[in-house]
Amino acid sequence: MKIAIASGKGGTGKTFVSTNLFQIFQSSGHHTLLVDCDVECPNSLIFFKLKKISDTLVMEYRPKIDLDKCNYCGRCSDYCEYNAIFCIPELEQIRLLSNLCHGCEACAVACKQNAIKDSKTEIGKISFFTDSYNHIFIEGRMKEGKISSVPVIKSTIKEASFLSYDYMILDSSPGTSCPFIQTATRADYIIIVTEPTPFGLSDLQQAVETLDTLNKNYGVIINRAGLGNADVYDYLNKNHIPILAEIPFSKEIAHLYSEGKLAVSYIDDVNELFKGIYNNIIDNGSSIY
Amino acid sequence: MEVAFISGKGGTGKSCISSAFISIAKQVIAVDCDVDAANMYLIFPQTNKKESAYISGKHAFIDQSKCTQCGLCEQLCRFDAVKKVLGKIEIDTVSCDGCALCYRECPSNAIQMINSDKSKLYYGDFRYGKIIYGRLAPGEENSGKFVSVIRQYAKEQAEKNNIDTIILDGPPGIGCPVMSTITGVDKVVIITEPSMSGLSDMKRTIDVANEFVKDIYVIINKYDLNLDVVNVIKEYCSEMNINIIAYLPFDKQIVDAMIDGKTIIEYNSSSDIAKKINDAYQIVFNS
Repeated sequence: MKIAIASGKGGTGKTFVSTNLFQIFQSSGHHTLLVDCDVECPNSLIFFKLKKISDTLVMEYRPKIDLDKCNYCGRCSDYCEYNAIFCIPELEQIRLLSNLCHGCEACAVACKQNAIKDSKTEIGKISFFTDSYNHIFIEGRMKEGKISSVPVIKSTIKEASFLSYDYMILDSSPGTSCPFIQTATRADYIIIVTEPTPFGLSDLQQAVETLDTLNKNYGVIINRAGLGNADVYDYLNKNHIPILAEIPFSKEIAHLYSEGKLAVSYIDDVNELFKGIYNNIIDNGSSIY
Repeated sequence: MEVAFISGKGGTGKSCISSAFISIAKQVIAVDCDVDAANMYLIFPQTNKKESAYISGKHAFIDQSKCTQCGLCEQLCRFDAVKKVLGKIEIDTVSCDGCALCYRECPSNAIQMINSDKSKLYYGDFRYGKIIYGRLAPGEENSGKFVSVIRQYAKEQAEKNNIDTIILDGPPGIGCPVMSTITGVDKVVIITEPSMSGLSDMKRTIDVANEFVKDIYVIINKYDLNLDVVNVIKEYCSEMNINIIAYLPFDKQIVDAMIDGKTIIEYNSSSDIAKKINDAYQIVFNS
């Protein structure tokens, strides 16, 4: 079973929930993988002592134009929806704007001169790590300056899925657009982490709207409970969205997090809370599918 | 002057601090570039609100009556957006990137390209000038281009209304919409927090910002959370030659102000945090 930890708003505690929940799952004897899909800003592995096993590069197609064969017909440029090929037939000029290229390979199909060669560019990296208990951790990391994180997210989850596991915990990127959807569509169940503030509510609503469009099962964890107001609760109750847990606002939790430590290993109440979430998922696992 | 607020890590306080800056600037074009999860409008409700559709791109659509199930589109698609479901070819619009290759190559002309037009651009007046923000419809993409469109509109409004301050509240991450937010701005303010994740994201954010902008400042929010990490951030910033312009304490009043629909400056201008934000504002705008 794949469980994605998501949120509309950033900084509500996705990584906090992912890492602590992972700890509870694996200590309960389940073969669990932790996969960091927040490829723009991956952070979940900070919380564990890990040794790297291997790296896999994520490559994307980029055309390479063979100027000896090119007759400057401009067909590739017409085919390119992203304006990544600039061609002036009259002046026999052609240029590739690599930053704009999405790697769709339409130009290669368009070219009748066989002047476009397949080349690859690195857009990210998937790293595999292990701890002293032989658990596997996977991190996707987009190369800085690259346009889209989506291909890196897709590849990361794909690579992780080749491994054997009982549970896979996917730490998603914030937001409700493509990066979030790429992770959510590949998950069996989604946990949205929110906070009881006006910003939290507004972004939660958007995440819910998106997950409903995707027809996904989800529940909500309210983080920093006690801060803010009751509007998030009212919204969830009114829409019959299950609250999986409330994590109280606490400086102690925030401090442990800042040090890169897992709260479930230090605070009994937090450990109980996460066991509750775990039981909830285990108990409802079959109906969630 | 155009100033952008970014952070890498989400939830470090971009919107709260940038709105505070706006309430100090008074005459301003406020732009929320987080088209995924816009929040600024909650603090700055609009009057005279208008909206226009934003075409985020195109996606393929199959006319089943023409499709011969030849499967060429499936072979050509590099985005895994064409799938055979129960013997029928279907397009997964979430995965479709809009490259139109299937549309061009389909031998039976069974594929059309349809505009993705559910995203919206909103603009209007608010208590300190004009506010502009966007909302990307679920699953629509090209948020980077959307941000450029929003910023272009903001610049036009700035000229038309003779307002020379534009404040941009950026999205989290370091991807395309973030680069669109900081391309060509005069100054970037990076909001971070003293946690191991905040630190790691700040480093990546500085690397990206360095590619685009000369004047970069850092504000450490909730600095009292972990002074050891604050010291690491200090060291790193001095190495990178970046000025840390404020150390803001954790203050529950930030949330209280938000619930009240106010910035911290409006809520309690004599608070320690409001004063520190004000000092930071002076450094960014008057130096």
